[in-house]
Amino acid sequence: MAQLTLRNLCKSFGRAEIIHGIDLDIAKGEFVVFVGPSGCGKSTLLRLIAGLEEISSGELLFDGEKVNDLPPKERGIAMVFQSYALYPHMSVFDNMAFGLKLAKSDSGTIRERVEEAARLLELEPLLNRKPRELSGGQRQRVAIGRAIVRNPRVFLFDEPLSNLDAALRGQTRVEIARLHERMPDTTMVYVTHDQIEAMTLADRIVVLRAGRVEQVGAPMELYLKPATRFVAEFIGTPAMNILPAEVTAEGGLRPKGGAALPLRAPAKAEGLGLGVRPEDLHIAEEGEPALYEGRVTLVERLGESQLVHVEIGHEVPLVVKLARTVPARRGETLRVAAPVDAFHLFGADGQALDIRPQ
Amino acid sequence: MKQSTGRTLTISARRRRAAALFLAPMLLVLVLVAGWPLLRTLWFGFTDASLGDLAGARWIGFSNYLEWLSYGEGDGEWVGLLVDGEWWRAVWNTLVFTFITVSVETALGLVVAMVLNVRFPLRGLVRAAVLIPWAIPTVVSAKMWAWMLNDQFGIINDIGLKLGLISSPVAWIASADTAMVAVMLVDIWKSTPFMALLILAGLQMIPEDIYEAAKIDGVNPLVTFWRVTLPLAAPAIMVAVIFRALDALRVFDIIYVLTPNNAETRTMSVFVQENLFQFDQFAYGSAASTLLFLVIAFITLGYIRAARLNLG
Ligand SMILES: Nc1ncnc2c1ncn2[C@@H]1O[C@H](COP(=O)(O)OP(=O)(O)OP(=O)(O)O)[C@@H](O)[C@H]1O
Ligand SMILES: [Mg+2]
Repeated sequence: MAQLTLRNLCKSFGRAEIIHGIDLDIAKGEFVVFVGPSGCGKSTLLRLIAGLEEISSGELLFDGEKVNDLPPKERGIAMVFQSYALYPHMSVFDNMAFGLKLAKSDSGTIRERVEEAARLLELEPLLNRKPRELSGGQRQRVAIGRAIVRNPRVFLFDEPLSNLDAALRGQTRVEIARLHERMPDTTMVYVTHDQIEAMTLADRIVVLRAGRVEQVGAPMELYLKPATRFVAEFIGTPAMNILPAEVTAEGGLRPKGGAALPLRAPAKAEGLGLGVRPEDLHIAEEGEPALYEGRVTLVERLGESQLVHVEIGHEVPLVVKLARTVPARRGETLRVAAPVDAFHLFGADGQALDIRPQ
Repeated sequence: MKQSTGRTLTISARRRRAAALFLAPMLLVLVLVAGWPLLRTLWFGFTDASLGDLAGARWIGFSNYLEWLSYGEGDGEWVGLLVDGEWWRAVWNTLVFTFITVSVETALGLVVAMVLNVRFPLRGLVRAAVLIPWAIPTVVSAKMWAWMLNDQFGIINDIGLKLGLISSPVAWIASADTAMVAVMLVDIWKSTPFMALLILAGLQMIPEDIYEAAKIDGVNPLVTFWRVTLPLAAPAIMVAVIFRALDALRVFDIIYVLTPNNAETRTMSVFVQENLFQFDQFAYGSAASTLLFLVIAFITLGYIRAARLNLG
């Protein structure tokens, strides 16, 4: 129920600056996901919003009001921790009710709110158990329940699913999505390094890199139009192939060792990289010009598809994602092609450049 | 249908047998070093043994504990340990000593442990320094305190006089009013670090993120202490208390060095030692020793039961 504004937010631990000036606006009711490699500062940023870490400089606004110096409880937030952080000596009911009890809510209201949350999360039969008598998934639901009961303005999640097994993770992910639908006014900020969670849950994804915002955008926007080479490689599995590019005599572009593309080269031609996603590559048909021709060094069968590694004379092989029915065997030679509009172009500084047809 | 013969053992039976095998040497040692002396003491308590003639000890039944001493013509009196005022005085002293020192040590230990659990520069050094009183042998520290508390040359009286806290030197150890207090102070000084260390271990088991969850729940620090820290540290505190209580119930060295031959501070162990080796009442001392064992066992079992009820 709050609109968040981060203005030039910085955080240092001692002399090490971890968060370097983050500017971000989060709309009321928006579901924003922070992603980035390990150690980039996702948790730290979330803890700054929560009030668990002190902001070194910059401003944090909730609904236009500066909250830098407010303790967590006055910010109206709730947080779900990766480790659940349940009180081990309290029952499920008391875990959820603890905050309310101390806030001197009357016991009827408390019971009502806890039971409603329990119903929502199917925790009703477990209310009298201690956390140690619950499975990991149930514990995580209790942690989410404790957050719901607080009726927060902002819901914060720090990798809430990373301790669950794959099946349970999928299930709980759907539950969180449903939770957001049911609480459309509650702003949610979610930290993860799981791409699927980021893509499926987010209204907008914030890609962080070493304490800076690399790109902000809707999930498909990041997938289709990565602003930098870093985002291109980070979003999407398997990662985008990035090929060093050369300028042809006619002023066109050619990935190193491959066929020329009908694309105009930019003015500054050094250090260019051409990106193409594995799923945008296919086997060239008879008569279709091939981008590359190379030997298959590895086939990873994923079930519904297969990842074919093709040796093209670079340090890393070209990864091609093919339907499971396409015959591909190690040692074979494959001719691979891609539509021109599937390519991304990156300058030496890692920024994306416009693709211009010749 | 599968038939189970006598030779095929279930896994749990086999485990039990392996456990028994591993435990056997330890149990044997325990029987030798603990069981045997205990039985011997128990036996001597029912004899007329004297230090000079242990072999010639004769069975005299319960006479050491309780006996009707007849003066003839229906006149007489009950004698024996169970009606010995000095013994019951020693039991009382022991209980008072134990209750007060263990209570104060627990409270102080908790405070020290909480301070040592906070991150600050040189924490490792401070943690080690705090242990010094515990590391000094009791006899040495008792002697040291005896000098500090000395009525004529002691630094305590000197400081007290210079600060105007006392008007004339106090014979802390010798005077009946202050002897017990002095002894308890020295024990608290010595044992609080041990308590703090055991409790610190318990505090460190509490994960950091629970405190963060409490912050988000808006729980103020005092309530967090009572409702989160204390319940979670309680098992460790209970164990620490029982360790200390067992020590305190057997207290001997501090009192023997600091206040010998003093009825105000004579504890069960001191009473036993005096009878066994100083007053040549070996059998009587053995009987007292047996009672001491029973008193401690009784208190310990009661405490464990109460603690278990409390902890659920
Ligand atoms: N209390 C702290 N004191 C000093 N440095 C810290 C502290 N907390 C985090 N850091 C540092 O800040 C950086 C960012 O940490 P953070 O936990 O935010 O990373 P993250 O993006 O959440 O990583 P992960 O995906 O592994 O959880 C790391 O380099 C970490 O070492
Ligand atoms: Mg993290």
